[in-house]
Amino acid sequence: MTGALRVLEHNLVVYRRTWKGSVFMSFVSPILFMAAMGFGLGGLISRGPVRTVDGLSYLAFLAPGLLVATAMQSGYVETTFPIMARIQWERTYEGMLATPLRVLDVLAGEFGWLALRLGLGSVAFFLVMLVFGTVHSGLGILAIFVSVLTGLAFAAPILAWTATRRTTNSFALIGRFLITPLFLLGGVFFPIHQLPQLIQGIAWLTPLAHGVSLARSLSAGALQSSAFIHLAVLLFYASAGIVAARITLHRRLDM
Amino acid sequence: MATSATPPDALIHARGLTKRFASLTAVDAIDFDVERGEAFGFLGPNGAGKTSTMRMIGCVSRASGGSLRVLGMDPVEDGPQIRARLGVVPQSDTLDTELLVDENLFTYARYFGIARNEARRRAAQLLDFVQLKDRAHDRVEFLSGGMKRRLTIARALVNEPELLLLDEPTTGLDPQARHLVWDRLYRLKQQGVTIVLTTHYMDEAEQLCDRLVVMDKAKIVAFGSPRSLIHRYSSREVLELRFPIDATPALDKLNGLAERIEVLPDRVLLYTNDGEAAAVAVHSRGLRPEAILVRRSTLEDVFLRLTGRSLIE
Repeated sequence: MTGALRVLEHNLVVYRRTWKGSVFMSFVSPILFMAAMGFGLGGLISRGPVRTVDGLSYLAFLAPGLLVATAMQSGYVETTFPIMARIQWERTYEGMLATPLRVLDVLAGEFGWLALRLGLGSVAFFLVMLVFGTVHSGLGILAIFVSVLTGLAFAAPILAWTATRRTTNSFALIGRFLITPLFLLGGVFFPIHQLPQLIQGIAWLTPLAHGVSLARSLSAGALQSSAFIHLAVLLFYASAGIVAARITLHRRLDM
Repeated sequence: MATSATPPDALIHARGLTKRFASLTAVDAIDFDVERGEAFGFLGPNGAGKTSTMRMIGCVSRASGGSLRVLGMDPVEDGPQIRARLGVVPQSDTLDTELLVDENLFTYARYFGIARNEARRRAAQLLDFVQLKDRAHDRVEFLSGGMKRRLTIARALVNEPELLLLDEPTTGLDPQARHLVWDRLYRLKQQGVTIVLTTHYMDEAEQLCDRLVVMDKAKIVAFGSPRSLIHRYSSREVLELRFPIDATPALDKLNGLAERIEVLPDRVLLYTNDGEAAAVAVHSRGLRPEAILVRRSTLEDVFLRLTGRSLIE
């Protein structure tokens, strides 16, 4: 455990140099999205025949979805090129593993750090949501944890994959064929039940739809029993990814 | 090194040590012992298995066969405890380019569990030792190759290791930087640090190593002190004769002039204990080379004899 903390401390030293820009961006992006999609598109919807989406104003419907989808994207971005750099280009891990640290310490430190970063981003997003008045329940604060967990549910399996790669060719494909389609079709911008059955089925196989659904019901204060299924799916992806990452990173670094 | 008894204070003890990758045997059942306080070298061409051996000693790569003890412990069982007492200079620097020079030493010290104040103190002291004090707050990416290497060496010393492993410590450095590294390694040896290094620079091995092994194609092909290897595999002196291209004399004209004669496209090498006398004999046979050089035999002669002259990629 102390080993993991030392890896985390390393990331903190690195972060000291970049935190200002990163914190700034974690506010700017939700504000822009909420303004454009919420006021712009939401304004049109509120004047149309349906007025609400699943009983919520469009902005209140959209905000928790965007919160979780942003965590998904961070999870993907942080575990492709930066991890490849540390494995292969900069060989940071090789340096770390020449000390008493073990592969497990490195992984625990990286995931712990990632959870912190996702948490910071989600808190910033949540504050923007509060300002825009889209949080209807005290339970809404739990959406921050759902967001972090969803980020990890993507980050862990993707890191496991990255550890098996010698080139970066597949990273863009993950973005194009997994992250972007999920962002557009995973229930962030409109309810999944509007999609054809087949696509609905596919969407429910991924962590995003579950994370979005759970965060939305928390923020609206309308928690249902399906919450446990959502939570279980998220936990499954995150923990299976961590187990897989332990195997592939171990093998890659030949310990 | 056929003795099977373990010397009582061997820091590293390897018997039948083997490393296999999918279809390749990188290290093929080698035996060696490294004793406390010595400087021990692995010499060999690229791909001979030196780095794989170093990684197994460093407890970051698991042996596929044979036995290995480092500091009296088992690398598989006690990896973290062993690594706590090692200093490692890997072939590529593995420095953290996201961090400043002194931050690299600080965070590395923290991996060993060294307290923050002590980590800062050691970082400053080590930067002084490798003459990088005035670059402490620079970004690593702006350092020259020689400076990065020195920083990597400083980093390897942050836990005050008993055993220092250096994989090609001076490859790619200019002569000034090499001599500075050699000087620092020599000082560490004086302080009692045991040093294990790989190199394909013969002058480096002669300068630094008390004992060395020559590896070729995953096996150890020779071992001993630099002097004893020269004595065993070469002659005291070498007479180099340079002839015009295509005017190299037939071998029988040189017969009997030296213990061993090697004819190369542009030169003839005569391995002999008395180079001057051989040169006189060459003249008396009516041969007129363009240039004559008598030199001391070096490890390079040993190396080329043992591992061949053809280019190894």
